[in-house]
Amino acid sequence: MAELTHRVALEGEAELPKPETPLQEAWRIFQKDRLALSGLVVLVLLVAMAAAGKVLTEWVVVFDPATVRLPDKFLPPFSSVSQALIPAAHHPLGGLYLLGTDELGRDVFARMLQGSFVSLSIGFIAVGISVTIGIILGGLSGFYGNVKLGLLSVDTLIMRFTDIMLCFPTFFLILTVVALLPPSIYNIMIVIGLTSWMATARFVRAEFLALREQDFVVAAQALGLPEGRIIFRHMVPNAIAPVLVSATIGVAGAILTESGLSFLGFGVQPPYATWGNILASGRGFIFDAPWLFFIPGLAIFVVVLAFNLVGEGLREALNPRLRNKG
Amino acid sequence: MSLLLPRPLGERAGVRGEGNEESIMATDSMTQPPPVRPQPPTPNPQSPLIELRNLKKYFPVRSGVFSRVSAWVKAVDEVSFIIQPRETFGLVGESGCGKTTVGRTLLRLIEPTGGEVFFQGRDFCQFSAAQVRQARQQMQMIFQDPYSSLNPRMTIGAIIGEALKVHGLARGEALDRQVGVLLERVGLAATYRSRYPHEFSGGQRQRIGIARALALEPQFIVCDEPVSALDVSIQAQILNLLQDLQNDLGLSYLFISHDLNVVEYIADRVAVMYLGKLVEVAPVDELFRNPQHPYTLALMSANPVPDPTVQTQRTVLTGDVPSPLNPPSGCAFHTRCPQAMERCKTTPPPLVRSGQGTAEHSVWCHLYGEGTDE
Repeated sequence: MAELTHRVALEGEAELPKPETPLQEAWRIFQKDRLALSGLVVLVLLVAMAAAGKVLTEWVVVFDPATVRLPDKFLPPFSSVSQALIPAAHHPLGGLYLLGTDELGRDVFARMLQGSFVSLSIGFIAVGISVTIGIILGGLSGFYGNVKLGLLSVDTLIMRFTDIMLCFPTFFLILTVVALLPPSIYNIMIVIGLTSWMATARFVRAEFLALREQDFVVAAQALGLPEGRIIFRHMVPNAIAPVLVSATIGVAGAILTESGLSFLGFGVQPPYATWGNILASGRGFIFDAPWLFFIPGLAIFVVVLAFNLVGEGLREALNPRLRNKG
Repeated sequence: MSLLLPRPLGERAGVRGEGNEESIMATDSMTQPPPVRPQPPTPNPQSPLIELRNLKKYFPVRSGVFSRVSAWVKAVDEVSFIIQPRETFGLVGESGCGKTTVGRTLLRLIEPTGGEVFFQGRDFCQFSAAQVRQARQQMQMIFQDPYSSLNPRMTIGAIIGEALKVHGLARGEALDRQVGVLLERVGLAATYRSRYPHEFSGGQRQRIGIARALALEPQFIVCDEPVSALDVSIQAQILNLLQDLQNDLGLSYLFISHDLNVVEYIADRVAVMYLGKLVEVAPVDELFRNPQHPYTLALMSANPVPDPTVQTQRTVLTGDVPSPLNPPSGCAFHTRCPQAMERCKTTPPPLVRSGQGTAEHSVWCHLYGEGTDE
């Protein structure tokens, strides 16, 4: 009987498909979602653009966002430079204003390039801060929740603090803080990060609570594995998927928040260009020079949409319930 | 919420004081050991492998704004039994009767509320965290759901080899070799080690779970409904594998199941549980030939016989299982028992014993007299 049992199980060894890592599988499912894939393409282009923007506007100045050329103000996209009035050193690349000029004759394309780096870096760093705080607080709350600190449990303390943070209208909180602090790009990153970790903390806590009851975590305890290993090897990798999804969508939120702040004049200060303050200065000329308004607006829209689409695609690809059906 | 974290001792002691039915639920283990046992006592080869004495696990029910404990769910209440080396001890009962809690509490995956667990004659409940970790090499667990019992983000080799690596028992090539041996031991190809759990069927996953449990070469394995999630042909394979392993490695099992046919097939002795308490314990042949407790009888008659020509006399129980939150007074089964008497409503049932040694047949029921001890 024993031999039979073993033979039955050993069969079919050759028929199994080549091993596929979870990452490969997620990528396979992600690829099926056309919208998410196009979102990813946009994001890759954006990252390239932001990197290029940093290099070409600050280090090797090919596009200078700060040059003022008053004779060439309010030129629509694809206009040529006025050769006679502008010194050659101030000519844009190829003598062409790809996206027109603003009220001071500055090249909007160069300003958009500079702004794309600001937007992306604020998005990623702010979300990095918020995800780190969220994972730590959520993980503590979910794993050590029943440990008492005085009268209250760790879980109660952390989650009630989260509730308090959620009660503040975030945007106004940020406005207040930014009004008190010197307006620098780093302050904005930190403030956005410190005010947007609550959803992640709740996600991670919920995932940890669910995971702790899972048999494989109980099995890890039964095997006598140390707590740190159980948390970081068994629980965090299984809790990270929804965090990744919300982080992707969170980047979009942070970019929007930064644009909003810059639009209101509390964000990154001129002359440094960001999409928000290009939009803000374009607001005054919406009928005379609509491109000043629509170009940054459209860029924000496309980028936020792309992040959201990628987030949705990730949600599908990383959802363990859908995996086996894929 | 945090069933897996150790509770402060004071909380446990408080609950221990509440249970005052000890004299009625008593077994031969009534004589309390001295409160502080010398550590580490030498393992006694004569003693049973596992001994449970009045094991209790009460879960608090919290309510209100300040989460005050308003009631206790008595998931496991005064359970005592003995498991001998190389024995398969079956534990049966319907859903929610506390079978799984017994298994997890005795491994201290859930801290018991009261009572003692002796492992090779040493009081496992008094072990420090480090000692527990050490002792876990001897006691392992196999789970019901083969889908949630394996970490989906680790390869089979990592899952099986992890404990060996962490406990410093093998590394590098030796680890690979040992994982291969374990895989073949449970009837899987050694080349499967680089694959992920989702690539396997339920039966194969259960084999992987068994290999993981075997990695530390335990003496005792809690099998928590290891075959109830599998279809019948696979069930037989897994049961045979468990039996082969028992014969070859000298394992003892606590085999938790709701399937009487499975238990009859694999167990040496069987305990029947109802609402957190044992109602009957007997050797498997004796229990199936001569069930005594009315609940055991009802359970047996509800067991389907795979033969359409057999006419069975069914004892159909009425009503639902009462909530363990508010268990009935006297005998917990009296609300549904076809032979309930007035006495059953007020007085907890006595332990009635017949037979000797491992052939002993115990039943907790008023029908069979006043009890044979105390």
